Amino acid sequence: MGSSELIRVEDLEIHYETDDGVVYALNGVSLHVKEGETLGLVGETGAGKTTLAKGILRLIPSPPGKIVGGKVFFEGEDILSYSETEMHKIRGNAISMVFQDPMTSLNPVMTVGDQIAEVIAVHNPDLGKEELRERVIAILAKVGISSDRIDEYPHQFSGGMKQRVIIAIALACNPKLLLADEPTTALDVTIQAQVLDMIQTLKKELNTAMILISHDLGVVAQTCDRVAIIYAGRIVEEGDLRDIFKNPRHPYTIGLLESIPSLTKETKRLNPIKGLMPDPTNLPPGCPFAPRCNYACEECSKAVPELEEVNPGHLVRCIRIDSVEEVR
Amino acid sequence: MMAEELLRVENLKKYFVTNSGLLHAVDDVSFSLGKGKTLGVVGESGCGKSTLGRTILRLHEPTSGKIFFKGQDITDLDKKAMKELRRNMQIIFQDPFASLNPRMTVAQTIQESLLIQGIFTKKDKAGLEKRVRELMDLVGLSPRLINSYPHELDGGRRQRIGIARVLALNPEFIVCDEPVSALDVSIQAQILNLMQDLQDSFGFSYLFITHDLSVVKHLSDEIMVMYLGKMVEKAKAKDLFRNPTHPYTQALLSAIPVPDPDFRNDRILLQGEISSPIEPAPGCRFAARCRFACDKCKGGDIPLKEVEPGHFVACVLSEDMNQGGSR
Ligand SMILES: Nc1ncnc2c1ncn2[C@@H]1O[C@H](COP(=O)(O)OP(=O)(O)OP(=O)(O)O)[C@@H](O)[C@H]1O
Ligand SMILES: Nc1ncnc2c1ncn2[C@@H]1O[C@H](COP(=O)(O)OP(=O)(O)OP(=O)(O)O)[C@@H](O)[C@H]1O
Ligand code: SF4
Ligand code: SF4
Ligand SMILES: [Mg+2]
Ligand SMILES: [Mg+2]
Repeated sequence: MGSSELIRVEDLEIHYETDDGVVYALNGVSLHVKEGETLGLVGETGAGKTTLAKGILRLIPSPPGKIVGGKVFFEGEDILSYSETEMHKIRGNAISMVFQDPMTSLNPVMTVGDQIAEVIAVHNPDLGKEELRERVIAILAKVGISSDRIDEYPHQFSGGMKQRVIIAIALACNPKLLLADEPTTALDVTIQAQVLDMIQTLKKELNTAMILISHDLGVVAQTCDRVAIIYAGRIVEEGDLRDIFKNPRHPYTIGLLESIPSLTKETKRLNPIKGLMPDPTNLPPGCPFAPRCNYACEECSKAVPELEEVNPGHLVRCIRIDSVEEVR
Repeated sequence: MMAEELLRVENLKKYFVTNSGLLHAVDDVSFSLGKGKTLGVVGESGCGKSTLGRTILRLHEPTSGKIFFKGQDITDLDKKAMKELRRNMQIIFQDPFASLNPRMTVAQTIQESLLIQGIFTKKDKAGLEKRVRELMDLVGLSPRLINSYPHELDGGRRQRIGIARVLALNPEFIVCDEPVSALDVSIQAQILNLMQDLQDSFGFSYLFITHDLSVVKHLSDEIMVMYLGKMVEKAKAKDLFRNPTHPYTQALLSAIPVPDPDFRNDRILLQGEISSPIEPAPGCRFAARCRFACDKCKGGDIPLKEVEPGHFVACVLSEDMNQGGSR
């Protein structure tokens, strides 16, 4: 159980064609997730995290968005070649998504109970009214909301409760894969802890796999099995939790970890990465991290480095990992 | 050794009148801030952090209490005197975009500060431009951005303009209201280093508001924890993390996700969510979520007690070391 591959993304390439030029949002991303596994996807603003998740579900707004190349296999089937009708059956069912802007994903004029019921009904058209309501109550109970609030409207709920409802809806049809885009970013830490705890419990119960998108390395360290670091639309490092947090090899990953103030160590001064992520309409020719990288040499700007396996399951996209290792 | 006192706040209250009753945004907060020091203010959304900062600057009128700045009682200063003083007491916001004029370039924004406070006159073009360039350099803004508009810049650079604009006035006291919360960690680290450097060079005192406990630990000399308008704990940064004493502080610290897979917090999961600040019930504001709550907690105000030197806690469980409690 839990060991077979559920989803595989191969060389996914997505552009946005805007008036100001082509945004190279995703430039050949490959990854895979096994049943029941949690993959953390970490990267800074504009790195392409949301684009990847929406790309998997084919929810990229078009225009301006365009899936330029690549494949997405879900349970061995190439779902990028599915018709819109077939895709519709998968969304919210086998694969569901918690969107980044949670407060806008609930309908303000519909009761919380009706919104959950609607999702269940779409995928279970045979359920009667009574059964449907029972299912809704059961789901609300699972996310810790008492059944007497079933007929309330979203504005009567606090931020944390709304987010729990959104997650409840996403999990209503026992999906095999949950794409969670910053599911707790808008929440306070104590509420975030409640919600993360709830996600973990439900995941275990249902053996759901998850791609957890976050820019918070703390959340990722406490929640995920494996991690992929994304920079300017490319995975630059991927590995299991310990590979990334204990033995990071890509200069960007190293820089990210050194940028966060530590709770457990005394640091007088932080060690930030200099500069900014390159403009995705105008990416430099070679390694996209080169302008900010302390280890960059001429060679780095010639071609985009390949993602290479440095240890089983630990992949790094940098041509100078050996020099980086020496200097550190 | 105590630093010379710059700011003192005594029993400060700010209540807002709402349709459903009086909202206790800041309720009886007292503290003192030394010159060149940083006091961190943490707490969850709506606990009154921004209101505290704004009330100290008299951007809100206090409901009661006193504010002393450099020994002077400024609680009742008139508008004109307050305007004078504000040059010396500044605020940096979370969202610099909202506080920058979209139709003004970087240069114009910084110049405006210099002109309003009469540091330069319009005639002294050369002097003005030189100072603008100095300030841009100080906050790490490249000179080529001098004529850029806010929408052309990313969040980190916009925050740098916000800081340059404040620096232009050369204030002694700055309220920093979540200045890095909207930024990516790599940019956040750049800005935090900048703020530290400026403090070292110019001796600024900061009231640093944030909900990010690792940021506040990194920067602060002292930390105040707020819950529903109340200060529930205050201590030296080190002491707070070594010996968190209020049950809310303990839960808060335990809930921080630590970026280290070997570090597993024994999370204290709180039940429920922050209750309403409108006409709060008497007694401890945290009682509804506290695992230790008992009848004693629900009667009246819970006074702050000093549990170790300089470490104050408002909880019935804490022993007052000045009254024969154990140390
Ligand atoms: N609808 C769109 N039209 C044009 N450009 C877009 C659109 N959506 C995203 N982009 C651009 O694509 C790039 C990747 O965006 P994406 O939203 O995937 O990033 P992200 O990693 O999710 O960032 P964040 O952490 O800010 O959510 C960015 O440069 C973004 O500006
Ligand atoms: N102008 C106002 N009128 C009425 N109520 C207000 C006003 N400003 C703030 N409040 C209320 O006062 C309380 C404290 O708000 P404040 O903005 O100070 O909290 P905060 O700790 O800064 O929260 P956040 O972390 O979300 O910024 C909240 O309940 C808020 O709704
Ligand atoms: S390839 Fe070169 S520029 Fe890119 S991360 Fe490695 S050393 Fe730095
Ligand atoms: S006073 Fe009572 S309710 Fe409040 S924190 Fe202490 S034990 Fe808990
Ligand atoms: Mg996103
Ligand atoms: Mg605030």
